[in-house]
Amino acid sequence: MKITLTLNGNKHQVDVEPRHTLTDVIRDACGYTGTHLGCEHGVCGACTIIVDGEAIRACLMFAIQADGRTIRTIEGLAQGNTLHPLQEAFVKHHALQCGYCTPGFLMLATHALEKNPDITDAELQDVLSSNLCRCTGYQNILAAVQDARDTMRTPS
Amino acid sequence: MKAASFQYYAPTSIADVVALMAEHSDAGIRILAGGQSLVPTMAYRLARPAHLIDINRIAGLDQITDHGEFLEIGALVRHEGFAANRLPARLGAILAHIANHIAHRPIRARGTFCGSLAHADPASEWCLVAATLEAELIAESARGVRTISSADYFRGIMSTALEDDEFLTSVRIRRPADDTLFGFFEYSRRHGDFALAASLVSFQLTAGLMQNVRLGLGGVEDYPRRLAEVESLLEGQSPSAAVFTRAGDLAAQHVNPSAADVDYRIELVKTVVERALQHANETT
Repeated sequence: MKITLTLNGNKHQVDVEPRHTLTDVIRDACGYTGTHLGCEHGVCGACTIIVDGEAIRACLMFAIQADGRTIRTIEGLAQGNTLHPLQEAFVKHHALQCGYCTPGFLMLATHALEKNPDITDAELQDVLSSNLCRCTGYQNILAAVQDARDTMRTPS
Repeated sequence: MKAASFQYYAPTSIADVVALMAEHSDAGIRILAGGQSLVPTMAYRLARPAHLIDINRIAGLDQITDHGEFLEIGALVRHEGFAANRLPARLGAILAHIANHIAHRPIRARGTFCGSLAHADPASEWCLVAATLEAELIAESARGVRTISSADYFRGIMSTALEDDEFLTSVRIRRPADDTLFGFFEYSRRHGDFALAASLVSFQLTAGLMQNVRLGLGGVEDYPRRLAEVESLLEGQSPSAAVFTRAGDLAAQHVNPSAADVDYRIELVKTVVERALQHANETT
């Protein structure tokens, strides 16, 4: 079945089977391999992306459900050579080691900060508890997102 | 971990859903609402429906309607739909509190109340809510509409009174008296994980005594249920730490854990019942 996805501002018309998940189609048919697949059953959050303004787990949505929808993935975060403030903060605070969970965390945090720029530390801890990271112990991820929150709401 | 092939439908009306279910119920058909439990089940191929009906394009199912006597929760009301503070005060507050125990935010943005009831996981918070409070489930099929009382709904682990051709269009929760107090406590190993045990309690205080006590337990047996013996013990009593401890001990004597580590679960039952009662008492 033919579906159309608007991925990071670009329209992609792709042919999918109903059983294909959104993660598989974004990676294999559209070629955006920045979205990672960890557990494939909704536990790890590595495949978190933003669909129509909502952070969701792309392994738990069939691509056919996303027909006509607007999708943002990790590839859409940086503007040219300028990293997103969250990406800058992840570098600064060493919020990644192997990097496998990073795209999911970045999209989860992007959504949280866009939805509520004044989100509290406690709320951030609750939001970020959604995803698994086996390297960092989470403290650096929390510190990075808190720093990005403060940077993003300070008018420069 | 990829789902098996299926035929996909995205109807825009309930009439189209029940017509499809009537046509294909023999071949294996499932409703796709939030998909947060069904899709992993399909990925594991524990579920292999030949037909999948995506109801997300049906308008109007995403509403919680306050009918005065009861709240009606449509088939597409997401878990996070209970966070907004627009429901009757104490009932709304306890439902919002319970919703925050369900998995994590991206899951709560997709998963649905009615989907949880249709899936009937023994650890489901919403199944505990339906079993404990006065709830009715509205099932539609090409044969008509029927109402199932929550007391008759659960049949076993992930097994319910819904027939293969029936679509759970909404759930109605009877609005308790305005002075009803609620308490909830859940234990899980990690934040957002499945409940190992959970309890929901409601009662009114008349002249300092507990009246109309409802006490439900979930996560321990095949499906959540009210514990009549514990309700009887509490009825007419003055709330106190000693009474709550006795209630927990009595609850532990009347459960048959279906999950592994029976002794541990029984200890947890004492704790969650006692703490749910404490929680209700703190809201006075």
